[in-house]
Amino acid sequence: MSTENTEPTPAAALFGSDLSVVNVGLAMFDEDIKAQHAQVTTLDWTPPGGGNPDAARALNALEASPELTARIDAANAEAVERIMSARPMLVGFGRALDVVPGMTPTTILHSGPPITWDRMNGPMKGAVTGALVFEGLAKDLDEAAEVAASGQITFRPCHEANAVGSMAGVTSASMYVHIVRNETHGNTAYTNLSEQMAKILRMGANDLSVVDRLIWMRDVFGPMLKEAVEFTGPIDLRLLLSQAIHMGDECHNRNGAGTLLLFQALAPGMLRSSFTTEQKKEVFDFVASSDYFSGPTWMAVAKAALDAADGVENSTVVTTMARNGVEFGIRVAGLPGQWFTGPAQKVVGPMFAGYKPEDSGLDIGDSAITETYGFGGFAMSAAPAIVALVGGTVAEAMGYTRDMGEITTAQNPNVTIPALDFQGLPTGIDVRKVLDTGILPIINTAIAHKDAGIGMIGAGITHPPAEAFTKAATALADAFGGSSS
Amino acid sequence: MSTTTAVVRKNTYFDSVSLMSVSTKANALDGVEQAFTAMGTEMNKGVLDNLGLLTEELRAAESGDLMVVLVAEDGADTDALLAEIEGLLTRKAPASADGGQVTYRTVTSAAEGVPGANLAVIAVNGAYAAREARKALESGLHVMMFSDNVAVEDEIALKQLAHEKGLFMMGPDCGTAIVNNVALCFGNKVRPGTIGIVAASGTGSQEVSVRVHALGGGVSQLIGTGGRDLSEQVGGIMMVDGIRALAADPATDVIVLVSKPPAPSVEKKVLAEVAAAGKPVVVWFIDGSEEAVTAAGGHFAAGSLQAAQQAVELAGVAPAPTEDLDAAAAADAVVARLADGQKYVRGLFCGGTLCDETMYAVRDAGLDVFSNIQKNADFRLPAGSASRGHTFLDFGDDDFTNGRPHPMIDPALRIERIVEEAKDPEVAALVMDFVLGFGSHEDPVGTTLPAIEEGQRIAREAGRHLEVVAYVLGTDLDTPSVAAQTAALRAAGVTVTLSSTETGQFAREIAKKAQA
Repeated sequence: MSTENTEPTPAAALFGSDLSVVNVGLAMFDEDIKAQHAQVTTLDWTPPGGGNPDAARALNALEASPELTARIDAANAEAVERIMSARPMLVGFGRALDVVPGMTPTTILHSGPPITWDRMNGPMKGAVTGALVFEGLAKDLDEAAEVAASGQITFRPCHEANAVGSMAGVTSASMYVHIVRNETHGNTAYTNLSEQMAKILRMGANDLSVVDRLIWMRDVFGPMLKEAVEFTGPIDLRLLLSQAIHMGDECHNRNGAGTLLLFQALAPGMLRSSFTTEQKKEVFDFVASSDYFSGPTWMAVAKAALDAADGVENSTVVTTMARNGVEFGIRVAGLPGQWFTGPAQKVVGPMFAGYKPEDSGLDIGDSAITETYGFGGFAMSAAPAIVALVGGTVAEAMGYTRDMGEITTAQNPNVTIPALDFQGLPTGIDVRKVLDTGILPIINTAIAHKDAGIGMIGAGITHPPAEAFTKAATALADAFGGSSS
Repeated sequence: MSTTTAVVRKNTYFDSVSLMSVSTKANALDGVEQAFTAMGTEMNKGVLDNLGLLTEELRAAESGDLMVVLVAEDGADTDALLAEIEGLLTRKAPASADGGQVTYRTVTSAAEGVPGANLAVIAVNGAYAAREARKALESGLHVMMFSDNVAVEDEIALKQLAHEKGLFMMGPDCGTAIVNNVALCFGNKVRPGTIGIVAASGTGSQEVSVRVHALGGGVSQLIGTGGRDLSEQVGGIMMVDGIRALAADPATDVIVLVSKPPAPSVEKKVLAEVAAAGKPVVVWFIDGSEEAVTAAGGHFAAGSLQAAQQAVELAGVAPAPTEDLDAAAAADAVVARLADGQKYVRGLFCGGTLCDETMYAVRDAGLDVFSNIQKNADFRLPAGSASRGHTFLDFGDDDFTNGRPHPMIDPALRIERIVEEAKDPEVAALVMDFVLGFGSHEDPVGTTLPAIEEGQRIAREAGRHLEVVAYVLGTDLDTPSVAAQTAALRAAGVTVTLSSTETGQFAREIAKKAQA
């Protein structure tokens, strides 16, 4: 029956080698197998979708046939190819009113999925009222609250205007924004400028010092950056991102290297701008006052790349993760324009002295676009300096990146992590894999005080609600097979 | 009144994230009202100023200086707290406890990441088990599925997939396997040898393996199939593949098949494999018939002990001498001590096949037996109902285990039942099994003895002798050993039988004589 030179059957191969067990479900078997000197790998197993029957049903529908799986896999491969091949270039800065599509003098962009004024949380209301005062649409914060509630203001998610906004994401007409063009696919993304300090509009602070800073940013900082890029020409941001990650940033909560690199690229242009030396010094001091200067820039990089994958038919790759402080919303490449939401989560991590966990606002901001692309929390292993955010050991940081590899589609060869032997960023979160593994994306983020008017009080990590992925999977199953129910 | 202490450590740098983390921990210390560790930047000094904590000394701190500010509760030891905060600053993270070992979250990633991984043991809730098994098979792993409550359609699809790939799909509801001398899930430590077992019954295969061991033989592989494999629907896919694998295995000289009687079409298929195996095959189909087995060239075994004896003999091992019980004589001695009205045997089992073997032995004497696993509906007792006549209960059956651990792990239900049965004046004898080995309770006899003793006391106080018969399934290599458990039972006046087959014979003799 068997002839020479044939491969052993799998059964013969098993009998002929050392037993190495993958143990799924019962830890007691781990000890028994170890006691018999056999190798055993016990999984840290969780049921798909966290045990939610809707999630399991949707997942089964998405795996209904090998043909469907192949179709989705091919679509996802295309989606991640678009994300990874996107080449976001900083091509300028401009006033939101002048450059952001659909912007009007009474439009306020905000972070996360759509939300009405009455449902906004403290920090977002603080930011909205501060912005209305800044725009001259209200004389003070009290009047601003009335204006906001009056129906005269158009509230829109940044994400629906090709933009992203950190924390409250509040972007009004006169604010200067980055203009980041994806040279590969031709789309453009926008994002606000960093306000640097902790007591800032996007964190919900809105007193006179905050508004005065916004005015200076509008009159000096923004226009100087605009002129600078006119001198330097387009700046290849993916290249800078890649360098920053090699230098120990994860480019969400740690931006020291990225800020130096970006400033290095912009400084010659700023020096040649039409502003006075005193103003240039103010700007240089302002940039030096916080490593966060380049934080929004990397968000725009991610946004420009991910928007290129929006609308890839049949794809289950996540193109947006964004929070408005009340809800966490995701969007998926194969279902353009639809939000799938669940409640915004708590952020756990170290806090500034004088504040306690109960002071924290819930997770907020579009900055999770960085994790959606594959850096931020996904690249914790690149930034051992901030492992305190995730519990404290470098091994844990490595583990986070490895876990994210389990829920993503590919590794981005253009942006790599030295400590993991130059593995590429885990890229293309797959809704199916999130539910299958029970692993939720990890997000590094800041913590804003829950009340309006105070600002940033800490930083830490959080996760999206599983519910958002279950809803997305259900909609995908309906769209692809119609057999999820 | 709280006290505020500020310390500036000149020229001492920590990064802001570490300092925030230290502050958070410091604020959690007993006696700390508020603690603050930060570099002396203008921003941090601004925060302290807002909190009313900025002393002159702190005001003079520079951005390269570390500021430690402690607001201690009244009566707290400020120096000790400062020392604790200092400790937090200098704490070195412990070396990673797992030595950087990777924790896998999915079967697929473990199969990819662990070189040489070749088998998955799946013991998750039945609702998720099929999916995990499919992923394991797709990753090239053999599967042993301990989980039950898996749809038969899923079982068929998984076994077909495994068959196409040449992989084993043991289970669902497969409790026992021994692969390369490693016992998986419920299994005993037995000598390596040349006898290969393919079994659709967990405790049946455990019994054959320990009897083989006791007789001086050894086991090459024990392949479980799951209890439904030989049904019409599943069609014996795993048993056929198991036989073929052992037939091709140079380390296996003799094959033993263990199962409840297969569906007729499946029996035919299996016996065709027996004929083609090219090695001696011993067939123990519990309650099965001799003719077909013999016609296929197999060696028919009427019971577990006989199956083991034949296998050892066919393997060329001189059987080790074993003790034997004279069941009839021993039963006479028991019956002589019974009071009027003590007529019935009650079997309380953890092992399904052990229950079967004893129950069929009693039934074959022409007596009526009632059971939760009786195939004949007229004699079936649902889990909740009281015993009647000769009753044999399998506490490992689904209707008892629903939502509970298997009685081999947690015998609580059976323990309750022992006392209940002892109160019944019609009961002559209790018969029970104790299953040792991997997966089982660490001291099944020890945890059950108090109930046995209470039952004996209840009977004694009512003027009756309650005969307690126990079989301990295990080997001298198991922990605890069969000898230790047997000694504890005997010390309590329990009659210990030495095989499942002998347990059935003894129960039959008692039942016959007590009812007569």
